[in-house]
Amino acid sequence: MRHTISVLVENKFGVLARIAGLFSGRGFNIDTLNVAPTHVETLSRLTVVVKGNDSTLDQLIRQLERLVNVIEVKDFREGQAVDRELVLLKISADGNNRSEVMQICDIFRARIINVSSADVVIEITGDEGKINAFLRLVEPFGVIEMARTGKLAMVR
Amino acid sequence: MKTDTVLNFPKPEIGPEMTGADAVVDCLVREGVEVLFAYPGGASMEMHQSLTRNDKIRTILPRHEQGGSFAAEGYARATGKAGVCMATSGPGATNLVTAIADAYMDSTPLVAITGQVYQKFIGKSAFQETDFFGMTLPIVKHSYLVLNVEDLPRIINEAIHLATSGRPGPVVVDIPKDIQQEKFRPIYPQKTEILSDQGLPQATDEQLNEVLDLLSKAKKPMLYVGGGIISANAEQELKAFAERGDIFVASTLMGVGCFPETHPLSLKWFGMHGTVAGNYAVHESDLLFAFGVRFDDRITGEVTKFAPNATIVHVDIDRSEHNKNKIVDFPIHSDIKYALGRLNELMERSAHKAPDRTPWKDKVLGWKKKYPFKYEESKFILPQQAIRTLYEETKGEAIITTGVGQHQMWAAQYYDFAHSRSFISSLGLGSMGYGYPSAIGAKVACPDRQVIDIDGDGSFLMNVQELATAKIEKIGAKAMVLNNQHLGMVVQWEDRFYQSVRGHTILGDKDNIGSPENMGGIYPDFVKIAEGFGVPARRVVRKEDLREAIQEMLAEEGPFLLDVIVPYTEHVLPMIPAGKTVDEMIIE
Repeated sequence: MRHTISVLVENKFGVLARIAGLFSGRGFNIDTLNVAPTHVETLSRLTVVVKGNDSTLDQLIRQLERLVNVIEVKDFREGQAVDRELVLLKISADGNNRSEVMQICDIFRARIINVSSADVVIEITGDEGKINAFLRLVEPFGVIEMARTGKLAMVR
Repeated sequence: MKTDTVLNFPKPEIGPEMTGADAVVDCLVREGVEVLFAYPGGASMEMHQSLTRNDKIRTILPRHEQGGSFAAEGYARATGKAGVCMATSGPGATNLVTAIADAYMDSTPLVAITGQVYQKFIGKSAFQETDFFGMTLPIVKHSYLVLNVEDLPRIINEAIHLATSGRPGPVVVDIPKDIQQEKFRPIYPQKTEILSDQGLPQATDEQLNEVLDLLSKAKKPMLYVGGGIISANAEQELKAFAERGDIFVASTLMGVGCFPETHPLSLKWFGMHGTVAGNYAVHESDLLFAFGVRFDDRITGEVTKFAPNATIVHVDIDRSEHNKNKIVDFPIHSDIKYALGRLNELMERSAHKAPDRTPWKDKVLGWKKKYPFKYEESKFILPQQAIRTLYEETKGEAIITTGVGQHQMWAAQYYDFAHSRSFISSLGLGSMGYGYPSAIGAKVACPDRQVIDIDGDGSFLMNVQELATAKIEKIGAKAMVLNNQHLGMVVQWEDRFYQSVRGHTILGDKDNIGSPENMGGIYPDFVKIAEGFGVPARRVVRKEDLREAIQEMLAEEGPFLLDVIVPYTEHVLPMIPAGKTVDEMIIE
């Protein structure tokens, strides 16, 4: 099962390595990972999306809680939290198909934030379902580059 | 979440100007550290210079960083206080890794301070540079790389606090040389502030009443107790609970001595080579109190078949131990000293009276009587006999350390421990070479007690250089080497599971294997080695000389090596083969 794990940590070097080490030491591959400071300067929040069996993950979460720099761990099963991801992607779009791309962006409330003669850079936010649907539609134009924040989540 | 807590900081104390290295020493003194096992090098010599100007810390020079770190562990295990070791960067630091992993496995409060290269050289593959912070991440409770000299007082304070509090464990403090040299005025923290520290967890009365309810209904209750009891200093509470509840006690090897093994309710320790009675009783129990334990595979065997009929109550200070190896019925997150103390109060209040469990008690006492640890007498000195004689001559009051292997199991089997912190052994990691250095550490901590390393010839040789430490530092740690010229435990497995094919388990010349019957083949000559170190030593071969030789060792003030020549043919029994169950126990 897929889990979204939100970890509140002290904003210090090495914390990410300690947390990543707990995952890698058990052979878990992290699907997405986001780290950024919170409204409290000394704290950061990590959001990790990972697949794994429930009991192993449960154990791992308790071991995360044991780390000295970890303040709080929340494990969101699907549906318990609102989540969003931000994606930047550069796709091929010249004069012939640019308007088609813009139409799709409109429907998905994505924004074009840079245009050149051969490509556009698009910004889109949304939950996983929306992002995936959008990506499927624009893929045929040719994706040149993509950068994603990974999932962010907050309890409802 | 504690982010919104307003903290009232008391007025800080500011020290005079000093270097970072001076501050490290100063802060260690303030934390009550009295002994340091430290081997100098380029990146740590600043701190050694500071140590020469301080008379409150005894600095002991080991002859290998691994020996120093094992000695620090021995000191910690004997006292419950933090054991502190120090090494230089690079190879000095990497030589500490085994002890750090060992302390992590056995929840030993170890603080490892390492010198690091100048910050400007970090990441440049400088001479003697390793990323020690990164290297030790999976085996520490916590670690620090000091980047600002002002942080030192807080970090040293936190390191000692973290190592010794909650579930104890190793803490690494890596200090670049420029930090050690930098001058500043230290600000000493008035209290330890760790954001994630929730204090000691306590079981609720509701949970504990449920436990007592289970107990009053149980026909075959058992206590399975481990190192957590010793870490929490809960020996007295455990004794009161076992006696009032009239419950037999079997410990883990980490828990040896936490309940007096001489007590009528004691079944000593159980698991792979533990007592038959302990293993049978846990297996048949209908209620199992797992207190301060972690369901290690050497205890459980095939874990799905462990204590199959028991309702299991698991009390531990570390929530991540709950349901880790074994799914239990009642996981309780609590400091064990509190939980046991409160259980005793609740029993007192409810006038709890143990129900009549005569059939169960008769059965267990029957096993205890029928299956003591036993060995066949031989014309040679047997390792078991040597340990039993040592037990008699020390009246069971010594601190025993061990290496790893057959001798380690026999030491735990044939020495009866009436006190906790008296059996000091590398149990989780199983680090050979642990015995003699840890005996040095324990002897430094407890100079008035006999401290004897019961060792094997393989394990002893791994840190034999520490004889020099004992001699020069005048530390009266004894070594009784049960010399069978083989790596006995592996030999035993070869005999049982590998058709006795010797896969590099013979320590001398394989064409002229030494034994009590072939003294010419004995290799190496430990007595001569000891002589080289200036340590008195004696070899004993004849059975009739054994007791007197042990007396000679015990009478010696300083260090002493007793080389006991024994046959290699003995097996440690009983034995539950790895991954098997109590039903498959080999008894004789």
